Parts: sequence; structure tokens; C-alpha cells
Amino acid sequence: MSSETKQILTTDGIPLEVSLKKAERKNKIKAFLLVAPLLLFLVITYVFPIGDMLFRSVDDKMVTQMLPKTFKAMETWDGQELPDEEVFAAFHEDFIKLVEDKREGKLSTQLNYTKNGFKSIIKKLRRKSKSFEEGNYKEQIMSVHKRWANVEYWRAIKRRAPEFTSQKYLKGMDMYVNEDGKIVSVEEDRRIHRVLWLRTLEIAFFVTVFCFLMAYPIAHLLATLPMKYSNLLMICVLLPFWTSLLVRTASWMILLQQQGIVNDFFVGIGLVADDNRPEMMYNKTGSYVAMTQILLPFMVLPLYSVMKTISPSLMRAGKSLGGTPFVAFWKVYFPLTIPGIGAGCLLVFILAIGYYITPALVGGASGTLISNQIAFHMKSTLDWSFASAMGLMLLSGVLVIYWLYNKLVGIDNIKLG
Amino acid sequence: MALKKDFVKFDKVDKSYDGKVLVVKDLQLDIEEGEFVTMLGPSGSGKTTCLMMLAGFETPTNGEIYLDGKAISSIPPHKRGIGMVFQNYALFPHMTVYENLAFPLRVRKIPKDEADKKIDKALSMVSLQGFASRMPGQLSGGQQQRVAVARSLVFDPQLVLMDEPLGALDKNLRESMQYEIKHIHENIGVTVVYVTHDQSEALTMSNRIAVFNDGKVQQLSSPDELYEKPVNSFVAEFIGENNTFVGEVSDISGGKCKVKIANTDILANPISVKGKGEKTKISLRPERALINPSDQMDNIHTGKIEEVIYHGDHTRVRINLLGNNQFILKVPNSSANLDIKLGKDIKIGWNSEDARALDPS
Repeated sequence: MSSETKQILTTDGIPLEVSLKKAERKNKIKAFLLVAPLLLFLVITYVFPIGDMLFRSVDDKMVTQMLPKTFKAMETWDGQELPDEEVFAAFHEDFIKLVEDKREGKLSTQLNYTKNGFKSIIKKLRRKSKSFEEGNYKEQIMSVHKRWANVEYWRAIKRRAPEFTSQKYLKGMDMYVNEDGKIVSVEEDRRIHRVLWLRTLEIAFFVTVFCFLMAYPIAHLLATLPMKYSNLLMICVLLPFWTSLLVRTASWMILLQQQGIVNDFFVGIGLVADDNRPEMMYNKTGSYVAMTQILLPFMVLPLYSVMKTISPSLMRAGKSLGGTPFVAFWKVYFPLTIPGIGAGCLLVFILAIGYYITPALVGGASGTLISNQIAFHMKSTLDWSFASAMGLMLLSGVLVIYWLYNKLVGIDNIKLG
Repeated sequence: MALKKDFVKFDKVDKSYDGKVLVVKDLQLDIEEGEFVTMLGPSGSGKTTCLMMLAGFETPTNGEIYLDGKAISSIPPHKRGIGMVFQNYALFPHMTVYENLAFPLRVRKIPKDEADKKIDKALSMVSLQGFASRMPGQLSGGQQQRVAVARSLVFDPQLVLMDEPLGALDKNLRESMQYEIKHIHENIGVTVVYVTHDQSEALTMSNRIAVFNDGKVQQLSSPDELYEKPVNSFVAEFIGENNTFVGEVSDISGGKCKVKIANTDILANPISVKGKGEKTKISLRPERALINPSDQMDNIHTGKIEEVIYHGDHTRVRINLLGNNQFILKVPNSSANLDIKLGKDIKIGWNSEDARALDPS
């Protein structure tokens, strides 16, 4: 016992440190084991899917694997003129194999993403290729359809040679790699995604502003009212959380439609003519109104939690020192609520930027957001790699906003509760 | 320059929060210019409410408050020009000490060089030079308190209100701050209205003390008068320590009265008793009763020592005297008094003029 005591008391410190570590190790392991299930859950449900999404968005192996010989033969082709017989023969060989496996349909879908017009000529090629004679495949293939004799279609095939592609990301910004290998924008009238990105940002921004303007007084009231009233008000704020999102959105549909309650009321008080009811739904207005209402609690709660900590005597001090109520508010109260404003705005903006159900139901054509487009590609066109690419663009957009916020306000200046 | 007698005047002020209970009742209070007046009372006695009405954060339900001859009920707080020190300091946490002090000057649009001078002066007054660029969170409680005092004085108000400003400090710091605030008051001659529930604080600092209870001023007088000559039993019991006897007046004559307690008559000074048969409560300060009394004293009785507590400089002795087993004596620590032993009978005497016969409540 005496030697042990001696060791702990040594002045060089090392034995003490060692035994301290040993003593703490057990606790550390215990603590880690406690969080391990959650960590595992996060890895499985978060890191893997996002990694897979990232991979899927740039993965382009499908075509590479379907036409291995063709791409090998194309390696020496400069892409200026039509490729020579060797390429055509290799393509024919790959194609016959695909037809045997019944995979030529997939090829046509994939090539059609790169250039419109492949679907029909591949169908035709499949029919005709049954009666092909051996040799001189260039002539035979070119005779199937005039597009097979067009060098642009062969260039399009060659563009699919690499295993990885940034094409989906370019497409998400209405850009593509043209025949010369340059990145260009699509024609003005065919741009859809840029408009959606801008609209998403615009709606998210204004929803954040509206939420802020409405939530600030509510949160202030909540923080200053006596307990029995503030509890009631708090329930009103939280009530939406207890109702299904779908139900809330549907109730907005009942309220906002042209024969809806709000319009009836306006007609009733003579604000609008019966035959001239304004459209408040299936456009941006619908998205604004419904999203602001649904996201309001996310602004109220952080603001409330910050305001609750601000002593009412600070405002009194501001006034007793000679500041008008406005000066006391602006110089004393408002700066102290900035952490709550930051948290609320960031939360609402990030939620709004990826909002889906509400704009899908009440947004109509002019009120849908980028997430509706993502859902469309996931469910309807089944172009999952494009959906993944746009999802990642959205994610990186959010990260950029987060970074900007950190630069401007400082992330440690945030307070969620 | 004559100092105004009624610089601050509460004129028949009533205050009720819920329309059922009056927290301040018919308050009549005049405060002289340059005076340090303390409102002292237990919590809920209405003293803070009075201060808040003066500051403008509450409105009187009835009556009027005058500041320098002007009725101020309709003037909002920011136009009253009253400095205020809050209970929890209420320093602006997002501003430096300098910015905190500059706030009242900036809203008054005082030019920067003049403001800087005033801030320097205020900081040196509370001996905090060199702290101007600190944030309040980096200061200790005592330093924050001094910043709060400096901020309330920096714009040269005629009147400063302090709402239990030392409540959050520890005992030693509180005592040194009491002297510091007292000295600042003496140096610059500003009128101070101070609220506290700590009687020793009130006795140390004030020119006059208003003892509040139940929404009313029980007594308004200087600290010594308050201690020596309480006008009712609430004041007597609230200020300092107090021995009491409850009894009935059996005779009253020649500036003295006889009060019957436990079949014994004691002589007392009739303050609020008028005639025979009245119930009364006699109040006697512990230090006015002596052991081994001289024969000149007109009250000499024998009691039994029940408890002895050593306090260093003095010894507290609890005695069962005339049926009151809470009778406290303070015996100074000197070699002559070493014969105090538990269970011993002891002779105690006091002069009848120190035993004040007050109202029975």
C-alpha cells in the first residue's frame, strides 16, 4: 500500500497520469458504448445513403459496360468524320450481345439521355440486325436509318465512354457538354432547372422573412406574458406540430381555393367581385401562405428560448437611462435576440429550401420547388442519378448557406434552446 | 442655494395591481434635495412598488408624485431623467463597460469628447479606470455593481434610485460597497432613494429611513431615532434586536407607566398607551439591559440563564425572565463577566425610559 501511495505522489507525474488514464478508461468505454447504437444508426441511415447518392450521381458505368468493344475501338477515333468499319463491327458485336440479353432497351434509354432520337433508331436496328450479313457492318448499319450515318450520334455514343460523368450536375443547371466538348447552356426556352433553383431560393427567402416578421412579436409576447396566458399561447404555437402536415396543407386548400372560405369571405364583405375571385392557390401565393404557417413554430421556438433569458430589467434600464422605448428596444433588446434570430432563420430557410409536400399540393405549376423536381425524377422518369445529383446540389447549397452564416454571424452565436 | 424640502413628494399615493388589494396605501412622503432616503421593509411591503412608481415603470392608482415641484405621473420613464441601479445590475451584456456608460449620453446627443470626459469621471468615481473595454461578463459581481452605479450617475441625474443593489453580493463586499455608495453620495450630493430589506444596510447608509409595512410608512426618521425611539412595535421588532413583554397597563402617571406582566409590575415609558387597562407590548433593546445592575435602575428582576452563545466580541445570553424565555442579553467580552453559567439565576436591570410601551399588535 505504501509503495502505491508513493507512486501516486511522485513529482515526475507519469505514474499519476497513467493511473488516471486507467481509471478514466472504463468511463470512456462506457460512454462510447452508450452512444454506439446511435452512431451506428447514423452511419447506416445517413452516411451510407448520402455516399451512395454521391456515387450514383456521377456513376456512368452502365453504358461503358454495355458497349465495351465499341469504346475500345473508338479510342483511336478522332470524332471528326464517321468512324471506320472497325468501330461499326465492334458496335454490332456489342449490340447483338445486348439483344441476346434483352438489354438493348436500356441502352436506348441511356443514349437518349445524351441525345434525343436514339430510341427509335435502336429499335429499328434491332429489327433489321437479324437479317444482317457478315462483314461491312458500316454500310449495313448506316442503311438502317439516316441518323446512323450522322456523325453527331456517334459522337454522342463516344461521350458515354467514361465511367464517371458530371453530366447530371450540368443538366441540373440547364447546361450540357456540346459536340465540341464545351460546357454550354441549353436554349432559353428549354431551361427549367435554373428557374426552379431561383424560385426555391426566392420562396425560401421570403418564407423566412415572413416567418421572422410574424414570429418575433409572438415570441416576445410568449416570453413576457404571465405564465397562465403564455402557456395557452404556447399550446397554440405547438398545436400545428400535433396535426399531420398533410392535414394542415389540405386545410389550406379548403381555405384558399377559389370557392374557398377566404374567397367567400372577401366576396361577402364586397372586397372582390364574385366573378373575379383571385387565385390564391396553385401558385406562389399558395406556397408562401401555407409554408409560412407550417414553418412558423420553427422560428417562434428559438426566438422564444432566447427572449426568455433576457431580463426585463434590461429594457427598463434602457428606458431609465433616457432611451425612448424604440431606442431601448433597438439598442438593447434586439441585439440580444440575434442568436435566436440566427437560429430561427437558418432553421426555417433550410427547411423551406427542401420543402416538398406543401408546394406539391398547393403550389401548382408556378409554386413548385426543386424538391418537387427531384421527386418527379425519382418517381416518374426513374432517372435516379439525376435526382441524386440535384439532391446533392441542394445539400451543398445548404452547406454554403451554413458557411456564409458562420462567416457573418458566427455559428457559436446560435441558440436553439 | 436653498435645498428644496420636498424635492420628491408622494402625495396620497395608492397603488393596486389587481383592483382588490392595495399594495401601497395613502402614501405621504417628502424627500429633501441631496438626501439619502432608504425604503426599508419586508418583502411585499410595497417599497419596490414605490420605487417603480417613482421611476415611471408603474403608475399610481390614485394620488400624484412630484419631482422638483412637477407632477410626473404622465411623464414616461425615459423623460424623467432619473438614474436607476437595478437589483441584478441590468448591465447591457452585449456592450462594453464604455458603451454601457455611453448609452445614456448618446441618447442625450452629448458630443463624444464631452461624453468621454464624463465616462472617465464616472469610472474613476467607482475606481474602475482601465476597465472601459471589458465586457460585463468579464467582471466580478462587485465590479459589475460599480459599473451599474457609475452608469446611473454618468448623465448627472438629479435623483438616483437604487433597488436592492447589493443583494447579490457576499457579506464583505456588500459592506465595503455600502461605504463606497455612501461616499459617492456625500461627494456629489445627488438625491438617492434606496430600497432594501437589510436593516443594517439601511442604518449604515441613510440620512433618513422610511420603514414600510403593509403598504404604509410605519416610521420615517433618522437611523438613530429609528433604533432608539421606534414609534410602534413593528418598527421596534423590525429594526435591530428586541426583547418584548406583553402585558396590561395597571397605572400611568408622571411620564411612567406600570405594566402588569406575570403577576409582576414593571415600569415602562408610555409611548402609545393612554390609560389604565390597555394592552401593551414593551420593547427593550438587549444592550440596554444589564446584568448585576446598579441600584439606580428602576427595574431589577431575576431570571434564569437558559442558553449561552459565544460570539467572540460579545456573548449572547438567553434568559427566562418574567415568563419570557426569549429574553436576550448581550454581554461584552471582558474578564469581569466570566461567571455566566447555564442554569444560574441572575439579576437583570434596566431604566424604565428604555422600556417603551407600544401598541400591543
